[in-house]
Amino acid sequence: MTDASMDGAATPRTKTSLTKLDARTKRRNAAEKRFRAYGVAAIAVGLFFLVVLAISIVRSGLPAFTKTIVGVEFTLTQEQFDAAEKELFKTKAYQGYFNAALQQKLVERNIEVEFDEAAIERILGKTGGDLRAFYRENPDQLGTPVPFELSASSRVDGYFNGRVTRDTLQDSRFLQLSDLDLVDALHDAGIIRSAFNWNFITGADSGVDNPGGAGIGASVVGSFFMMLVVLGLSLPIGVAASIYLEEFAPQNRITDLIEVNISNLAAVPSIVFGILGLAVFIQFMHLPQSAPLVGGLVLTLMTLPTIIISTRASLKAVPPSIRDAALGVGASKMQAVFHHVLPLAMPGILTGTIIGLAQALGETAPLLLIGMVGFVARGYPEGLLSGFTEPNSAMPAQIYTWAARADAGFYEKAWGGIIILLVFLLTMNIIAIILRRRFERRW
Amino acid sequence: MPLLWLVLIVLAISMVGYVMGRSRALQSAGNDSRNLHSLPSYYGSNVALKVAVPGLLLLVAWLLVQPFYVNSVVSAMIPDSEIAEGSSRGLVLAEVRRAAEGLDLAVATGGMDEDFARNARADFADVTTRLKEAGAIVTSEITQTVLRAAQRYRIVNATGQNLMSIVVIIVSLLGAAWAWRETHPEFRARNVVEQGIRAMLIAAASIAILTTIGIVASLIVNTIEFFRLYPAMDFFFGLEWAPSFSGRGGASSLGVLPLLWGTFYISLVALAVAVPVGLFAAIYLSEYATPRMRAFAKPTLEILAGIPTIVYGLFALLTVGPLLVDIFGEGGILGVSWQGGGRAVVTAGVVMGIMLIPFVSSLSDDIINAVPQAMRDGSFGLGATQSETIKQVVLPAALPGIVGAILLAASRAIGETMIVVLGAGAAARLSLNPFEAMTTVTAKIVSQLTGDSDFASPEALVAFALGMTLFLITLGLNVVALYIVRKYREQYD
Repeated sequence: MTDASMDGAATPRTKTSLTKLDARTKRRNAAEKRFRAYGVAAIAVGLFFLVVLAISIVRSGLPAFTKTIVGVEFTLTQEQFDAAEKELFKTKAYQGYFNAALQQKLVERNIEVEFDEAAIERILGKTGGDLRAFYRENPDQLGTPVPFELSASSRVDGYFNGRVTRDTLQDSRFLQLSDLDLVDALHDAGIIRSAFNWNFITGADSGVDNPGGAGIGASVVGSFFMMLVVLGLSLPIGVAASIYLEEFAPQNRITDLIEVNISNLAAVPSIVFGILGLAVFIQFMHLPQSAPLVGGLVLTLMTLPTIIISTRASLKAVPPSIRDAALGVGASKMQAVFHHVLPLAMPGILTGTIIGLAQALGETAPLLLIGMVGFVARGYPEGLLSGFTEPNSAMPAQIYTWAARADAGFYEKAWGGIIILLVFLLTMNIIAIILRRRFERRW
Repeated sequence: MPLLWLVLIVLAISMVGYVMGRSRALQSAGNDSRNLHSLPSYYGSNVALKVAVPGLLLLVAWLLVQPFYVNSVVSAMIPDSEIAEGSSRGLVLAEVRRAAEGLDLAVATGGMDEDFARNARADFADVTTRLKEAGAIVTSEITQTVLRAAQRYRIVNATGQNLMSIVVIIVSLLGAAWAWRETHPEFRARNVVEQGIRAMLIAAASIAILTTIGIVASLIVNTIEFFRLYPAMDFFFGLEWAPSFSGRGGASSLGVLPLLWGTFYISLVALAVAVPVGLFAAIYLSEYATPRMRAFAKPTLEILAGIPTIVYGLFALLTVGPLLVDIFGEGGILGVSWQGGGRAVVTAGVVMGIMLIPFVSSLSDDIINAVPQAMRDGSFGLGATQSETIKQVVLPAALPGIVGAILLAASRAIGETMIVVLGAGAAARLSLNPFEAMTTVTAKIVSQLTGDSDFASPEALVAFALGMTLFLITLGLNVVALYIVRKYREQYD
C-alpha cells in the first residue's frame, strides 16, 4: 500500500475533467454502444428471416389458390350434336364447334388474332372430350347457351402468375410464343380470367404430368386419420405414464431409467423414429405400407415424450393441498388423483397435447421411410376403416412429393400446400393459447 | 373373423360384464350399497377389467407370435436346393408371401375360388396365369415349390386366425366367470381394481423404455446383418460412397466418411449462422430489452422453431438456393462463378441456421437469466459498464450452460433431415468448397430406404448402419449437453 502511494506521488497526475470525457471512457462507451447494436442487429436478423420466410411463402403459394379459366358461352344445336356423334373422331368435331364459337366471340369484340386449333389445344387442353361428356349427360341443354368454364393449361396459369414470361418461354409442343398473343387478346376480351381454385383444396394428387389438377384434399384426409391415431394413443398413454411418474412412482432405479429414457427420446432425430417404424411395424409386424395407421403409430412414439413432459408439468402445478383434502375426506390415492388432480390439470394437458399434435402434423422425415411418398393419393378413402389402413398420403409428405417433381408447376402447389399446413398449425396453436388463457389457474 | 370384430366382441363382453357385475354386487348386498365393501361401480369395473385385459393381451401376443410360427412351417417346406445362388432364405420367403398375397387378390377379384387356391395338386402353369389375370405381380422367382409353400402359408394363416378368435373369446369369458364368482359383499373390489389400474399406468410409463429398446434392437439387428454382407472396416473408413443400383452389392462402395463430412460441414455452417445471432439475441433480450420488447421479440423468434422442417426445406430449395446462385453463381452479382447449382452446403447450412436461432437463443436466455443478480451488481459496483459486465462476468458464469445449448443445437442440426434432403443435394463428396453440393447421413438414409421394400441387400441395410451411427452421435451429444446444463444449474440453485 505504502509503495503504491509513494509511486503515485512521484508521477505527475494528468488533469481530468468530469464534464469532458477522456479517451478511455469514450472508448468504453463506444464499445458499450457497439455491443448493444450487435444485440439489436441479431434480433433484427432473426425477425428479418421470419419476414422473408413469410413473404416467400405467401407470394409463391397464393397462385396455387387461383386458376386461369376460359369462360365461353357456347351453344350446341341438336343438329350439330347428331352430326358430331356420327363422325369418326367425335371429340374432334366438338372441338371444331367450340373453336368456331371462340373465333366468333373474338370477332364480335373486334379483336383479330390469327390462331389455329393446335393453339387452342395448347392453351386449353383437349376440350372436345369434356364438351361431349357434358352434352351426353345433359341432352336437355342442347340448343340453349351454356356458360362453360374450362381451366387453362398450367403454363398459361404460369404466364399470368409470372412464372412463365415471354423471355423465358421456349417454343415447345406445350406452349408457343405466338400463343401468348392469343392469350393476351382473350384476356383483354375478358374471356380468360382467374378464379378461385377449389380443386386445390378438395382434390387429390394428379400424377406427374398435370400440375394444374393437383389438389391437397386427399392428403389432408390422410393427415386427419393419422392425427386421430396419434390423439387416440398418445393422449391416454401419455397421461397414464405421467400420472404414474408424477404421483405413484417410488424413487428407485427403474423410475430413473424411465425418466432418462423419456428425456433422451425427446431429442432423438425424427428420422430414427422412421427407421423404427419401418423395422418394427412394416418389416416385423407386416402392417400395410403407406397407411395412415402406421404413420400415426410412428408419430405417436415421437410425440409421447413431448406430451409426457408437458402433462407432468401441469400435474406438478396442482397444489398438494388438493390431494391432501381429498385424502383427508377418505378418498383413496387413486380416487384423489383421478377425481381431483386430473380434472384440474386437464387444461394444461390439453394444451400440451395440441402442441404435440401440431408438431406431429408437420413432421415429414419418418413418413418418407414408411412409404408415404412413393404413393400417389388419387382419391379419398372409401370408408372409416379403410381410411386407416389403405395407402394414403399426408400433407407434409404430399408437399415433399411435389417439391421433388421436375415440373416447376408443382412448386407453386407445394407452396400452396404449405400455406394450408401452416393454417392448420396456426389454428391448433391458437386453440392451445386460448385454452391456456381461458382455463389456466394460478394457485 | 376380421380383427376389428374380434376386438369389438371382447369390448362388448366387457361392457355387459360391467353392468352384470354391478347389479350382482348390489343384489348380493340386498340392494343397499352400504353393505358392500366398495362402491358398486368397482365391482362392475372388476369384471370389465378381467374380461378385456387378458383377452386383448392374448390377442396382441398371438398376433406377434403367429408370423414366426407360420414362417417356420413354411420355411421347412423349402429345401436348400431351391435357394438360388446369391439369394437367401429370407428372399425366398418374401417371394412366398408375395405369392400368397397374389392368391388372396385372385380370390378376392374372382380369378379363382377358394378351393382352387388351396388345391395342392393344381396345375402350376394354370395358377400363374390366373394370378396374372387377377393383376398380381408374378415374377420368374415363383416356382412350383414357392407356390406350394404359398398355398400352405395361406392355410396355416387362416387356421391360426380362426383359432385365435376362438381362444380369445374363451379367455374373455373365463375372465368374466372368474370375476363373476368373486363378486360378493366382502370382496375388496376397489383395491383389486386400483391395483389393476396401477399396473396399467406402469405399463404406459414403460412404453418409453420399450420404444428405446425397439429403436436399439431394430438398428442393431439390421446393422449386424449389414456387416455380415459388407466389411465393417470399409464402411467406417471408406472414402467413397457409390451404391450400385443392382441391389446385389458387389460393386457398391459404402464408405461413411463422405457422409459424415457432409453432415459435419453443413452443421458447422448452420451453427456459424445460429450461434452468433442466437447468442446476441439472447444477451440483448435478457440484459437490455425492455419488458415490452421482450414480450414481443421472444415469442416472435420462437415461431421460427415451430415451423415444420418441410417448410424450411422448400425455402432452401426454391428461395435461398436460387438467391445464392444469383450472388455467387455464374453471371451473378459478385461476378464469380463459385456456385454451380442451388443445392449446396451453404444453402442447407444457412437455412438450417435460421431454424436453429430460437434453439440457441431460448436456451441461452434461460441460462443467462439464471446467473444471480448479485454477480452483476458486484461488477457494476466496481465501475464496469453493462457490456463489460456481460462479457467478463455474466458470460463466463453462463458459459457451461451456453456450451450445452450449442451442443443441443448441434445435435438437432446433425439429425435434421428435410432441409438437407431438399437443399443439400445428393452427391457424396469429400470437399472443402461450401458452394458444392454434398450429402449427409440423414439424406442417404432416406434415399436408401424409400421406394424399395426389399431389405435384404446391403444397399438397403446400410441405412440401418447409418441410422445407428446417427443415433449414437446424437445420443452422445445430448447426454453430454444435458449433463453440462444440469450440472451448471445446480451451482446457482
